[in-house]
Amino acid sequence: MSLLSNSRAPHQHSQRNVAQMMRDVLLATFPVSTILCWTYGWGVLLNILFAASCCWLLEAAALKIRGRRLQPWLTDGSAPLTGVLLALALPPLTPWWLIAIASLFAIVFAKHLYGGLGYNLFNPAMAGYAVLLISFPAYMAWWPELSARSNINDTLHYFLYGTAAADALSGATPLDAIQTGLKQMQTLPELLANGTLETAGNAQWVWINLAAIAGGLFLLMRRTITWQIPAGVILGLALSASIAWIGDAAVNPSPWLQLVSGGTMIGVFFIATDPVSSASSPQGKLIYGAGIGALTYVIRTWGAYPDGFAFAVLLMNLAVPLIDRYTRPKLYGQVQ
Amino acid sequence: MTESASLRTLLDGIWSNNPGLVQFLGLCPLLAVSNTAINGLGLGLATLAVLTLSNLLVSLCRNRVPNEVRLPVFVLIIASLVTVIELLFKAFLFDLYLSLGIFIPLIVTNCAILARAEAFASRHSPSAAILDGISMGAGFILLLVALGALRELIGRGSLFYGADSLFGPMATGFEMQLFPESSGLLLAVLPPGAFIGLGLLVAAKNYFDARAVSLSTTQLQSEDPAQ
Repeated sequence: MSLLSNSRAPHQHSQRNVAQMMRDVLLATFPVSTILCWTYGWGVLLNILFAASCCWLLEAAALKIRGRRLQPWLTDGSAPLTGVLLALALPPLTPWWLIAIASLFAIVFAKHLYGGLGYNLFNPAMAGYAVLLISFPAYMAWWPELSARSNINDTLHYFLYGTAAADALSGATPLDAIQTGLKQMQTLPELLANGTLETAGNAQWVWINLAAIAGGLFLLMRRTITWQIPAGVILGLALSASIAWIGDAAVNPSPWLQLVSGGTMIGVFFIATDPVSSASSPQGKLIYGAGIGALTYVIRTWGAYPDGFAFAVLLMNLAVPLIDRYTRPKLYGQVQ
Repeated sequence: MTESASLRTLLDGIWSNNPGLVQFLGLCPLLAVSNTAINGLGLGLATLAVLTLSNLLVSLCRNRVPNEVRLPVFVLIIASLVTVIELLFKAFLFDLYLSLGIFIPLIVTNCAILARAEAFASRHSPSAAILDGISMGAGFILLLVALGALRELIGRGSLFYGADSLFGPMATGFEMQLFPESSGLLLAVLPPGAFIGLGLLVAAKNYFDARAVSLSTTQLQSEDPAQ
């Protein structure tokens, strides 16, 4: 829950502040944003820029309304980072007002109503995204066809008016393709063989996830994040997926497919590791991560929404106070 | 009861001691059926009727019921009244009865009603009890309609949707569609919207109260000749 370490004293200060952490994470999202732009076109960049500025302006407005000083919160990069993470979760073509609504919920409802940076119970970016997922399922499920990467004019047109140019084709993400395919009684080997997953961009999504891993490794090296949460999520998801996959490989995607489809790795390294809304002790982080992984699997498999990462993170955010309570490290000299 | 005391009782339920906004009573029906203004109004009217009648009956028998069995007696009174109301809804407002569903019989468990019976009606005269029932019921209706209108407007862009189910076919024209239903924020009519909406209304009430207090204190200070 808190940014403070709760291991036993004496503590050494890491000589880093919030602004440096946020800058590290922003920098680490660079590879994955680039690959996403390269795969899906200019819409991704537009989303990122618009969401980041929206969040930043709303942060300024919220601080002003609450009568707080604008410094240091306006320059520490936490608000634009929320915007960037939100944008990475959105489909590449999203009308601007949806992004504005999501930013409003992320910054004002999920963050400032709880007291601002450091006090939020829920991950702001995922709260904003969940609002869109619940309120505008049609927009959130609409991914453009990969081969028809739209030009900058069409992208802007959709961004401004929310209607597609006449020749735009709707595609699917690999997770969508699997879900629809299974509903039509096709098995996974069939979906792989007939190229359904290929057209849904399975190969491209592997690259997107690899880019996210690269960013994540950078954060690990900089010690901006610790290994426990990413490891927990990957283990939780891979274990749940393996059990089902070993049981029946025809209808259950392999653990590998689960890990590299959808923005799983973006979530693993950039979203689940949010220092404010995640657990704080090392064991707590492992439990928190594993919970996200297992819940993601459950929601993906049995839920109505194609990806369950956002809901899994929000549900585990709720469990954080409990996890922190039961994984509190012993005080020095404490005998149980 | 003096005139000022009865006025205070009346204002209590509507604003300063509103069952939903201040006492947080009866939240289950409040959150569940406030998805449209008309649903809210229908349930609010039913609650008002039950609350007023139960306050009257409880107040009438307050000196005859032994203290030890008062709660079962109150619950019996409330349950009988709710059954009557439910049958009336079924007979005369069948569409609304269908859309409110289980929440009409569940008025029995609305803790606002039992709380008023216990806290007010069992200690006051019948006339004061009726006044309290009307005031608390009106406060509940106002909140239900406000929350219902807010959620309906944001969620589906309409106001007074389904007015004919409460007021008959001539009220079909009450319904307003301010923007297309498809561009509404669906979250508002789903359960989370109820919690967020109620939170916002409570915040708004506290804001107005705080402002009224600070306004009156600055006024007092400026009128004070000693300063």
